[in-house]
Amino acid sequence: MDTALDLARWQFGITTVYHFLFVPMTISLAFLVAIMQTVWWRTQDEQWLRLTRLFGKLFLINFAMGIVTGIVQEFQFGMNWSSYSRFVGDIFGAPLAIEGLLAFFLESTFLGLWIFGWDRLKPGLHLMTIWIAAIGTALSAYFILAANSFMQNPVGYRMNEERGRAELIDFMAVLTNKVALITVPHTLFAAFMVGGAFVAAVAVWHLIRRPDQDVQAFRGAARLGAVTLLIAGLGVVITGDIQGKVMTEVQPMKMAAAEGLYEDADQCAPFSVLTVGTLDGSKPLFSVEIPCLLSQLATGGLDGGVRGIDSLNAEYAKTYADSGITDFAPNIPITYWSFRLMMGLGFAGMAAAAWILWALRRGRVPTPGARTTRWLLWTSLVLPLLPLFANSFGWIFTEMGRQPWVVFGLMPTEAGVSPSVSAAQVWTSMIGFTLLYGALAVVEVKLLLTYIRKGLPDANPPRPDDDQDAPLAFAY
Amino acid sequence: MELTTVWFILIAFLFVGYFVLEGFDFGVGMLVGLLARDERERRVLINTIGPVWDGNEVWLIVGGGALFAAFPEWYATLFSGFYLPLLLILVALIIRGVAFEYRGLRDDQAWRDRWDWAIIVGSFLPALLWGVAFANIIRGVPINESHEYVGGFFNLLNPYALLGGLLTTTVFLVHGAIFVGLKTVGDIRERAHAFAQRLGGLAAVLAVAFIGWTAARDGELAVWLIGGLGAVAFLGGLAASRAGRDGWAFVGTAGAIASVVAMLFVALFPEVMPSSLDPAFALTTENASSTPYTLKIMTWVAVAFTPIVLLYQSWSYWVFRKRIGVHHIPA
Ligand code: HDD
Ligand code: HEM
Ligand code: HEM
Repeated sequence: MDTALDLARWQFGITTVYHFLFVPMTISLAFLVAIMQTVWWRTQDEQWLRLTRLFGKLFLINFAMGIVTGIVQEFQFGMNWSSYSRFVGDIFGAPLAIEGLLAFFLESTFLGLWIFGWDRLKPGLHLMTIWIAAIGTALSAYFILAANSFMQNPVGYRMNEERGRAELIDFMAVLTNKVALITVPHTLFAAFMVGGAFVAAVAVWHLIRRPDQDVQAFRGAARLGAVTLLIAGLGVVITGDIQGKVMTEVQPMKMAAAEGLYEDADQCAPFSVLTVGTLDGSKPLFSVEIPCLLSQLATGGLDGGVRGIDSLNAEYAKTYADSGITDFAPNIPITYWSFRLMMGLGFAGMAAAAWILWALRRGRVPTPGARTTRWLLWTSLVLPLLPLFANSFGWIFTEMGRQPWVVFGLMPTEAGVSPSVSAAQVWTSMIGFTLLYGALAVVEVKLLLTYIRKGLPDANPPRPDDDQDAPLAFAY
Repeated sequence: MELTTVWFILIAFLFVGYFVLEGFDFGVGMLVGLLARDERERRVLINTIGPVWDGNEVWLIVGGGALFAAFPEWYATLFSGFYLPLLLILVALIIRGVAFEYRGLRDDQAWRDRWDWAIIVGSFLPALLWGVAFANIIRGVPINESHEYVGGFFNLLNPYALLGGLLTTTVFLVHGAIFVGLKTVGDIRERAHAFAQRLGGLAAVLAVAFIGWTAARDGELAVWLIGGLGAVAFLGGLAASRAGRDGWAFVGTAGAIASVVAMLFVALFPEVMPSSLDPAFALTTENASSTPYTLKIMTWVAVAFTPIVLLYQSWSYWVFRKRIGVHHIPA
């Protein structure tokens, strides 16, 4: 085992998953805060301004972490994966650079304007700044996912044997990669599940713990959050189903790994909800199965055949004979369970949202002290984590399922690592990042909780530009 | 013009923008420890850069992305070769960015003091290390025939590079002080002026030494000229600051930083990373670049969007043009 390689993979995995804890919150809360501010702007109902301020604050606490962990990602390709960068830079660099130019400038500049602009900009213009920042987050998702999709399904390139690298021949093909086109909506919907869950949970917690304060505002927020979570959940399921078919087409091994399916299934392949037993090819001991669902997911028909790991392995051994790879299957327990956790946690989140909407139907609020209220309180405490971790597991599945390739079919992961970076160096950075990230996580969660507990801040309606010497409406 | 040359110039442009802009916010960050006497003054300093520091930092992100897209070999060699310095820069940028957002969120002096240290150290380290890194690129580092860096960490610590690091640190401090002079009113502004004058002399000496050394190593006339322009701009900026002309003073230090960065890129061209082992191993705009097709697409994107970015970033500076003082800080 090559330790520098393993460490680089661990570091990349840890830092990316960590970055992606903040990303979905940023994307969705940017839009949800923009919606809240729009409602205030349209109705002049101060409750919505106060909600905007509360969730705006929580959004910013989260956003700071998103930014600083993102820079690490941008640098890491060159630092830890220099051979990979040399190999695909001609293709992969472009969307990354464009993401910066189109999206990050937009996000950072307009968020600066939004944060500090309450008393500097007219209300309509100020509202526009948060919408532009929100659109920036979605744009950034598109470009980075287009880059990632090239790694899953390389398109629009040709190999230059002389220089030993892949070269771009059709940029539109990269931007309209069919994997990208379906990954983008799936990821965006998944992000909205996170923000929806967060808003709903905060609001429900307040309704229960502070039953006498701001009931109307928090009922509104709880319903906004729960409806967002449900609609986004529906979007995630539909796009996920389509993704299954695209994946089966371009990476059939990943689908086989998702089910731990070793032998080809000719028709009506079942989907196991959970399996206890050995996943190394011998028989499972216990398993709950839904008949034909795997066929539906992979092929769109109940009687479609699904190929298994063994025959794919034999086929790849011929197709990629000179890749140096001997086993083309990813880590099966991880792909199997991460796929189920992604779906399961997502469904659990949707169920919670439905329950919240039911509990708040027609003007109702949770009855203080009732047993269902206690359950609802517990639900609100875990709810934000469900779609959040579903996102993490989605990525772990997607990225681990691509192994042993870093660029599918073109470059084995072990060929991508930086030859000039020693294991000692990667140890240094990995320990450094892990400690720093761990400490920052504690700080950020504490801050979030503090501001959630504080409840709605005063409305403090902005008065643009009246007095030169008045204190700033917002200052660090 | 060759597209590779165009992209070399665009990369230079992005780094000029980055050092001019983030230069002053690194400076202000360090000044939090040097200039402010109490909590309110610290907050005044931090708020001068509050709305813009993140936008400034994106210049680095786009610079890095553009390097990746246009010169993947350069990006790969540089980032893997300078692994530990870049790691330090990343850690610094992380704690600094979080500190800006989090320091005011709790009403607790110990909490704020800790984050102030994060701001000070997080601004100082990159200010120093970028100078060290760029000077090393110019000087040439051990790169072998397959474009891999084969030196160690201590190869990067040589007199020329350390001079570069000292230069960026002091110049950013002066640039930051002049920015504070431009953006504040009251006591703190006076002290910023005095500070710029006091450190300005040392920074000017370092600047002349570094520019002279670089130009003498390289010998090209253009390097002498652009470097000289930088020195003149810096002295002009100091003079304007003494005369109380804050706007011109800022133009002066900004122009000086721009010239010195431009000088470094001119001195490099057509190489992008010279090798100290064998000139033949150097990375050049030719052997490090992407294909003409990629460069063409990137050129279109840059031509279409860079002006828009410049426009709205300028607008944001315009929106926050008002000077601030301690009376603007809400309790
Ligand atoms: C699906 C969306 C998505 C994905 C897969 C990634 N990111 Fe990200 N990234 C965002 C969506 C995003 C965002 C929503 O746009 C962020 C989150 C917080 C923020 O400030 O913007 C962000 C921030 C962010 C920043 C800081 C921007 C700033 O300073 O304003 C950088 C440099 C990156 N990311 C780079 C990356 C890289 C190199 C990734 C690949 C490994 C990556 N991100 C994965
Ligand atoms: C466009 C965005 C992304 C790109 C370009 C990308 C690229 C990469 C690369 C180069 C590796 C290292 C090779 C390897 O060890 O497999 C990797 C691994 C990994 N990535 Fe991604 N990634 C992206 C997004 C994400 C996100 C958002 C997550 C999760 C939140 C993620 C999770 C992982 C994990 C868990 C690994 C480790 C896999 C392993 O060690 O086997 N990735 N990815
Ligand atoms: C029925 C439900 C779902 C199905 C059928 C589904 C399907 C899929 C598939 C097939 C992939 C892998 C795509 C690939 O590697 O090519 C994927 C990835 C992913 N999933 Fe899901 N998913 C579902 C629910 C969820 C939920 C609830 C979330 C989060 C809230 C989520 C978040 C993600 C993320 C972030 C990724 C990685 C990015 C991507 O490849 O799109 N998914 N999903």
